[in-house]
Amino acid sequence: MKVIKIDKNIWAGGIDSLRSGYRLFGPVMQGDAHEYKELTSDETPDMAYTNTRLSPKSVVFPQSEPMFTYSLDENNPEHHILKDAPKDYSPRAVIGMRPCDAKALSLVRMNFDTEEYRDPFWMNSYDATTFVGLACDSPCETCFCTSAGCGPYHEEGFDVLLSDCGDAYEAKALTEKGEKLLAAAGWTAEGDASVFEPKKAEAEAKIVCKVESSNLRGKNSLDLYDAPFWKELSFACINCGTCTYACPTCWCFDIQDENKGTEGVRMRNWDSCMTSLFTLHGSGHNPRDQKHQRFRQRFMHKLKYFVDKYDKGLMCVGCGRCVQQCPANIDIRTICNKMNGYEAAS
Amino acid sequence: MQNPYKAYPVRIDDIQVATADKTLRTFKFVFLNPEDEEKFSYHVGQFAELSIPGQGEIPIGIASSPSEKGFVMFTVFRTGKVTSHLHNMKVGDIMGLRGPLGNWYPIENLEGKNIVIIGAGFAFTTLRSTIKYLLEPENRKRYGRLDVIYGARNPGMILYKDELVEWEKRDDINLNLTVDGTDDPDWKYHTGFVPTITETQAPQGDDDTYAILCGPPMMLKFTKPVLDKLGYQADHIFMSLENRMKCGIGMCGRCNIGKELVCKDGPVFTLDKLNEMPEEDQ
Repeated sequence: MKVIKIDKNIWAGGIDSLRSGYRLFGPVMQGDAHEYKELTSDETPDMAYTNTRLSPKSVVFPQSEPMFTYSLDENNPEHHILKDAPKDYSPRAVIGMRPCDAKALSLVRMNFDTEEYRDPFWMNSYDATTFVGLACDSPCETCFCTSAGCGPYHEEGFDVLLSDCGDAYEAKALTEKGEKLLAAAGWTAEGDASVFEPKKAEAEAKIVCKVESSNLRGKNSLDLYDAPFWKELSFACINCGTCTYACPTCWCFDIQDENKGTEGVRMRNWDSCMTSLFTLHGSGHNPRDQKHQRFRQRFMHKLKYFVDKYDKGLMCVGCGRCVQQCPANIDIRTICNKMNGYEAAS
Repeated sequence: MQNPYKAYPVRIDDIQVATADKTLRTFKFVFLNPEDEEKFSYHVGQFAELSIPGQGEIPIGIASSPSEKGFVMFTVFRTGKVTSHLHNMKVGDIMGLRGPLGNWYPIENLEGKNIVIIGAGFAFTTLRSTIKYLLEPENRKRYGRLDVIYGARNPGMILYKDELVEWEKRDDINLNLTVDGTDDPDWKYHTGFVPTITETQAPQGDDDTYAILCGPPMMLKFTKPVLDKLGYQADHIFMSLENRMKCGIGMCGRCNIGKELVCKDGPVFTLDKLNEMPEEDQ
């Protein structure tokens, strides 16, 4: 595997070289927090951030995105027929993404890329993107990635992984796509592969928060579903949906038609299992009309249903965003431990 | 691979009011591009998204049989935004059809077996598709005894009445029609709820007898113990479920029951399988 050294004094120049071949996305300070956004021609990614408030899932899965356009004008010979919405799937690159967020996209991919169906919007964006990661040398207190099948130097889902070594980045090219990007930026100096292992060990040692999930696979789903703790755990929850909004592995969406005059667009928008409308039937019946049912759905999906369905671990990467941002202090780590330790009375 | 969200353009070819209270209408759709009809090759028990640009999409069970060519048929209850709009549309109007979606009643595995079909209310649509298919001469001979129990609130709410009258005359199907109640002196069929009629009219369960159920939750809830009493094994009972859906292809995340997605892993589940799944509503 090729390792390239990028002196920080040629970093900005390399980023500039990439602009002609890629749409660039990266962390930028927005108000009081870092967010991922498409970089304007005078912006460079701010690599000094700890973590962004929202995950970069929007780079491949925008919060709102047009799926089709249509005309309602009956004089138009093609009225009421769906037309592909214009899309830009030219090469794009995310610069400075955290390993947890890249792993999250690999997990979400399992939902959108199946044997029977392939979601063209998600997949085309994903395939068009080169993911350049930035390893975490100073994790947050809420990070528990090492308990969630991930870690501060985890490489899954990346094309390039950068490690900040003071005056330079060491860049590990993990895929051909990654090598191509490094070449396009003009970064060619041979690097030192040996820095990764010790830095990885050092970073992992800083993550002291551990979550237990090893028993979840073997638990009976119905026992966990019927466990007596859901009402108590969900007591403080206000179903605000902040957790689903910030979560890099939450992918649920809604489809809505938006009309203006005789033209319209069929949109896909992020949705949340925290709202009762999410599951409300036309008849008025709602299988999850109570708060604890929605709360249980979210954690059972992440920590049990997904685990059982794919056998690829949790649908959680330990980024800690929901822990930091929940206004009611609900902590997925506590819930995971509780589920993992639960024994149904026989 | 084709974009699974893109609906085939169709034209409304026929609209019939389906019940006396006019809350249900039966629509026949014809594909604008004839080659789309082949792509829309379906099995009994599947559903599709009726896609009305400008309004939205609704998942509805397919009421026509795969043996009926040249159109696809749906019977739709007027209840929300899209269905209300659909009820006001005219023959000749253009809209979309997306599918077929979901799994189906596995009748190809039931050759040589006896089948009892139990339905209630306007959930009879995919059962109508199944019966129609089974009664085709080339299909009927491949199956054993065929029983049908179908209930509605009153005689006016029975779907596909003309067809049922024709089927009733045949000797290769035992048709049991019932209504919850009626003051119609000419009503010559059963009166009573579906579970009660099932108890007296359905054949005994055995290794070679299978039940296919579709109906409102209460009907299902009370019919299950009756079938159990009659000796039906849980893996011999197929039930079709519904939940709110958007994508219909297992991606948007709302129709799950436990880890199963009603749109893609269902809508048809054996009772055996359902017993392993959580009961939502609790």
